This record gives sequence, structure tokens and C-alpha cells, in this order.
Amino acid sequence: MAESEHLSIRGGRLVDPANGIDALLDLHIANGKVIAVGQSPAGFSPDLVLEAEGQVVCPGLIDLCARLREPGFEHKATIASETTAAAAAGITTLCCPPDTEPMVDTPAVAQLIYQTAQRRGAARVLPAGALTQQLQGKQITEMAALKRAGCVVMSQADRPIGNTQVQRRAMEYAASFDLTVFLHPEDAYLRDGGCVHEGRVGTRLGLPGIPAAAETVAVARDLALAEQTGAHIHFRGLSTALATQMLAAARQQGIAASADVSAHQLILTEADVDGFDANCRVTPPLRTLADRDALRHAVTTGTIAAICSDHQPHDADAKLAPFPAAAPGISALETLLPLVLSLVAEGVMDLATAIARLTSGPAEILGLPVGRLDAGRSADVCVFDPQANWTLTADNLVSRGRNTPFLDRALQGRVTWTLLQGKMVFRRNREEP
Amino acid sequence: MTAPVQQLDGQGNLKHFLTIEGLSRDLLIEILDRSEGFLGVARQAVKKVPLCRGKVVANLFFETSTRTRTTFELAAKRLSADVLNLNISTSATAKGETLLDTLRNLEAMHVDMFVVRHAESGAAHFIARHADPHVSIVNAGDGRHAHPTQGMLDMFTIRRHKGDFAPLTVAIVGDILHSRVARSQIQALNALGTGEVRVIAPRTLIPAQAETLGVRVFHSLPDGVRDADVIILLRLQRERMSGALLPSEHEYFRLFGLTEERLRAAKPDAMVMHPGPINRGVEMDSGLADGPRSVILEQVSNGIAVRMAIMSMCIGTQNLHSQDAPHG
Repeated sequence: MAESEHLSIRGGRLVDPANGIDALLDLHIANGKVIAVGQSPAGFSPDLVLEAEGQVVCPGLIDLCARLREPGFEHKATIASETTAAAAAGITTLCCPPDTEPMVDTPAVAQLIYQTAQRRGAARVLPAGALTQQLQGKQITEMAALKRAGCVVMSQADRPIGNTQVQRRAMEYAASFDLTVFLHPEDAYLRDGGCVHEGRVGTRLGLPGIPAAAETVAVARDLALAEQTGAHIHFRGLSTALATQMLAAARQQGIAASADVSAHQLILTEADVDGFDANCRVTPPLRTLADRDALRHAVTTGTIAAICSDHQPHDADAKLAPFPAAAPGISALETLLPLVLSLVAEGVMDLATAIARLTSGPAEILGLPVGRLDAGRSADVCVFDPQANWTLTADNLVSRGRNTPFLDRALQGRVTWTLLQGKMVFRRNREEP
Repeated sequence: MTAPVQQLDGQGNLKHFLTIEGLSRDLLIEILDRSEGFLGVARQAVKKVPLCRGKVVANLFFETSTRTRTTFELAAKRLSADVLNLNISTSATAKGETLLDTLRNLEAMHVDMFVVRHAESGAAHFIARHADPHVSIVNAGDGRHAHPTQGMLDMFTIRRHKGDFAPLTVAIVGDILHSRVARSQIQALNALGTGEVRVIAPRTLIPAQAETLGVRVFHSLPDGVRDADVIILLRLQRERMSGALLPSEHEYFRLFGLTEERLRAAKPDAMVMHPGPINRGVEMDSGLADGPRSVILEQVSNGIAVRMAIMSMCIGTQNLHSQDAPHG
């Protein structure tokens, strides 16, 4: 990894949605920060120049949900392995849910994750603190202490709180410390052991279904509680058309609610479950084409402000079981950018909007001064070749998790360089296939 | 993406029998025709043919079953195969062995066919995907997904009584939501060109978008059985009464139980089927089960012939009437 105090990225197409920039502009970096965009400052002589003709230069990507599996599940992946994969995917900041072992419900665990990630230094890791102790949905955590230890948001991971009163109190308490609450909108009773969307494909395959109402009932409840409490809530991973409409209406009324969507939900549908492909077992489940298109629409309008990977690396055994018994989740860091770029290629959204949902959108949800490249900001930069055609294989995956339905799929767009605080944390070898 | 498991080999012959979905009408008719040939075997003094001599069939039952396992065992033995019965629910997996570990151990014993029953939908496909390429898999019921040999034996029974499927109206009554039997029956009936397939149950027992399976949905038994040629009753598991799916056996029988009187709305020669075991007084009148319209016991004996046909198509070394049977 090159250590350069002064660096210029020249000739690339700079896309910086937060500053409304989409133009051929150079970027100049000194001591870990952006010092100028466009003209080089007088007397600036870079130690390193990255020639980026034909490439897109954008803020480092921000991923609101990536599981690193450490501590507790190092047989699946580690902070070191997954932040290396993140860097290779152009992701410079990622937020990890609190469902490690032990869970992030005490400051010590948050600090452990923080420090391990800092030592490794390939990506900025922001642990989400547990909203309730052991994520059991009963007793709230010491959120002020968790915030002091570096937790930027509070989360229940994928374990919804059944008791509405606990949910209300947890939201109120978090709001006392300006902490946004990440929620996985799902009614556990309606889920009832389901593993696919309750619809045409699940019916044919005899797979227990999760109705769309499992999500919309929870969204309705939590929007009402957000209205009641004034807390900031963020829906992690919407999957239904109706939920996007409910969210848009609530935001119109001024309710402080935001949402993200996992990239695979914008690409795959329930039809991909056919043949019992365990790599398509995800939570929430892949839904209908109409849902997918509504999610795409909500991303373009900004109702959904962030696209995340929902990265869940698994060991091989976790997926070697009949579909309902296979562990849910996709190893998804390295497909985040290419999948979003495929939406640009399809004409669903323009490049600036796509980049916004991967940078400024999630930054705003986290309330952090990242995801933009104006002078003085941390030089977190992703440079990618939007034309590069490549195929994801088990061999070129950097993540320890090989569980992805996109294996052997042709992808377009590939990261060339990734900078974190001005330091090069990833560079692709030119001859790499 | 992971490629789906193929049930046919490169020559178009049956390799696995996992689901009826995707199989051609011609192949289903071949199964039915071969089954006719095997019916006679039970009436011979020596109830055996040498079609699978030297082959090893392992019954891998991860879920308990008496009837299905017994008929598979008998079918394999009548084909002269050696049979291993493994009741896995009480042995290996209880010790923490994974499904694939169990499979690998049995493969090492050079088994030619696994007959698999498992509580999870997709289990038979999973095993077929990961098994050694020379092993054939027959699905003996996976979760709510499929029970294709039961589906075929029901088709066989219908054809013996009714002949052609095209003019028939077939009504399936009961817990469609949880029934692998219903899914296989519906797929087989549609593949064989049945005139109309109906399902009859309260909404709580009908899966989402059921009409996409190729059925007409009824919530009233009298409406649903009107002018039907065949009425298939499904077993209602007792545990369905404990949740919010049904209020009581009493109300279920009052609304969806088949009686002599209700049967009058069907065609005069309508036949009544049930995959067993019957809950008398819940799914049907006790008298009806034993009456002349019922073919329930015939279904059981037909089950052996149909399973012999399917097993011999997957791993048989020759045709039933082939003259060049190897000696010794």
C-alpha cells in the first residue's frame, strides 16, 4: 500500500453528488484530506499522480449494513478479511450490525471492533449498538455509553421487537442522545417461520411464506411510534411496494423516517428462488417484480436514500442444507457497486443518483461528514472503471464468504483504486482478470 | 446462479424422481403404462422380477412414516433389489451429523438409490444436487413441496377407473396449504390434460395465489364437488386445530367433510380417494370410506406397482419383458 502525503487524481470524471458535481475535474489530496477540486493549488507538487482517464472518481462508498462476523463467528469471516474485501469494492465506511458474539450491547465490544478495524485500516468500521440487551427486545441498553464508545446508531439487527411498549421506550431513549434507530421492519408473528415471499413461487415450491404484510404492519407501527416520540428511525432493508408508499407519505408529513434497500432486492425477485437456490435465501425475502420495480422507483425519487450490501458472509456449511434450513444472506460487498451500475446501464437512474445512494445518502442517515469530496473533507475516494467487464468467481472474490447468487455472472464496472483518508487501501493490478 | 437439478439424464431417461413439475405428459404416461405391467407381479406365486437385482436401495426417512416406507420397501424387494431402511430422525442427525455427512457415509456403501423423506421443502433436490452422480434419488415427500410417487399412484388409480383425463373434473378437498400430496396431484393432473382441477377449503388452508397452480378455488364443498368425477380428500393433521387455521374438527366436518348426501351433487359414478391415513368423521363419513365409491385400499396396492415402475425406470438394468435377462 502506497503511503503518499500529496496526491492528485487526474483526468477522471468526478461525481460528487453532495456538491452537485459531475464533470471532468482533478482531485488534489494532502495529509489525508481533500485540498482542492479542479485546478491544483499554487505550489502543490504531488508525490503520486493517479491517471484516471475514462474512470469515475467519487467519494468512497458507505455501506449501512455489512456483517464482518467478528467477534464470535471468525470461522465465517473476520474484520481483517471483510474490510479488505470492502476496500476492493470501493467501500470506505461501513456500519456493522450488533449481532456478533458477544453482541454489541456493552461499550467493550464496540471498542474491540473499533480498535481491530483501526489496526487493520482498510475501511472505517462503525459498529451499531444494540438497542436492547442481548437483542432480546426486553431491556434497553446503556445507549449513552455505547455512543461514547463509538456506536453511531442503535440497531436490533434482524430481530424485531415484539413488545410495542419496549419499542416506544427504546426509540425515546435513543432520541434523548440524538441516536438514530435502525429497524428491521418485520412482524414476527406474521413471519411465522417463513423463508420466502408468500406468493406464486413459494406456493408452487411448498416453501413457507412471509407475507408482504409482515413488513407493512411493522412499518405502520414504527411510523406511528416515530410520530409519537419524535425519534429518528431508519428502516433497514425494505422489500415491499406498499412500505415505500407508506414511508413516502409519512415523510411528507414530516415524520423523521428514512430507509435503505439491499442491492440484491433491486435485481432479484421471488422467481430466482426457483430450483431451491439457497444463495437466494435472504431476509427479507425476494419479492415480486412489482415490488422490485417499486423499490427501484423509491430509490430514484429519494424516498429510499441509501443502497447497501447487507453483506452476510457464510462458511460453506451454512448454506449446505435444504432451502428452509440454509442460513440466510449473501456475501455482497463486491457486487454492491456493479449491481447498482447495472441499474444505470438499464436506464433506471443516472450515474449521479446511483452514486448519491451509495455516498451522500447513507452519510446523511448516519449524520457523519463523510461521503463528499469538498476541500477539507477526509479523502475517502473510490475510483472505478465503469466500462470494465468482468465475471465474479469463487477465485476472485476477496471476501471469505463465497455465498452469492451472482457467482459466474457477467458484471460491468470495477474498482481501480480506493483511498481511505488519503491512503491507498486498494489498487487493482492491471493484468488481473 | 446455481443450475437447477435435472431429473432426466442426457438420453432423456429418468435419473431422479423429485417432482412431477417439468416432466412431460409422455413420460408420465410411460410411468402409468409400466405400472400396469407390474400390477400382475403381486398375483404371481413368486412375487419378484429381477429388474433391479444387484442394486442397493436405501430408504432414508428423516420423518417417520409407516405406509410409504413399507410400500417403497416392498416395491424394491419385488424388483429384487437389496434394501436398507434407515430411520434417520432417531439416529445420526440426533448426534449432530449433518445431512451431507449421512449421505456421504451411505454413498461409501455403494448405494444405487436413495428414497428420501424429509420435513424440509427442497430436501430431495438438495440431496440430488450433492449426491454422487451415479446415485438416483426418489422423493418420498419433502416438506410441503412434493410427493410425486403418491401423485402418480393417484393418477394410476384414476386412469384405471376413468380412462382418459381430458373429460374429467377432479376436486381436491382439504389442507392444500400444507400438502405436498396436493401439489404433486395438481401438477400431474394438469400435465395429463385433466379438464378441470378444483381445490376446496377455507381460505386459511389455501396457499397464496393458488390459482397460479392451475386450479379453480372453492370455499364451499357443495359448490366444489358439483358434477365432479373424482373427489380426493386430503388428510387433515390434528395440529392444524391448535392454531388459528381452523376452529374445530366439528366445524370442519360440518362444512368440508364428505358425506353420502353431499356426494350426490357429484357425478353418479364419482370416485372417492384419500392418500391415508383417514381421520374418520373429520374428512369423511366412516361409511363412505368403506363404501363402493371409495378406492382407498386400491390406492395402497397400486402404490407398490407405481413405485416399482418408477424405481425400475431410474435404476433398472432391463425392461420388464426383456428376454435377455442375465442369469445367476
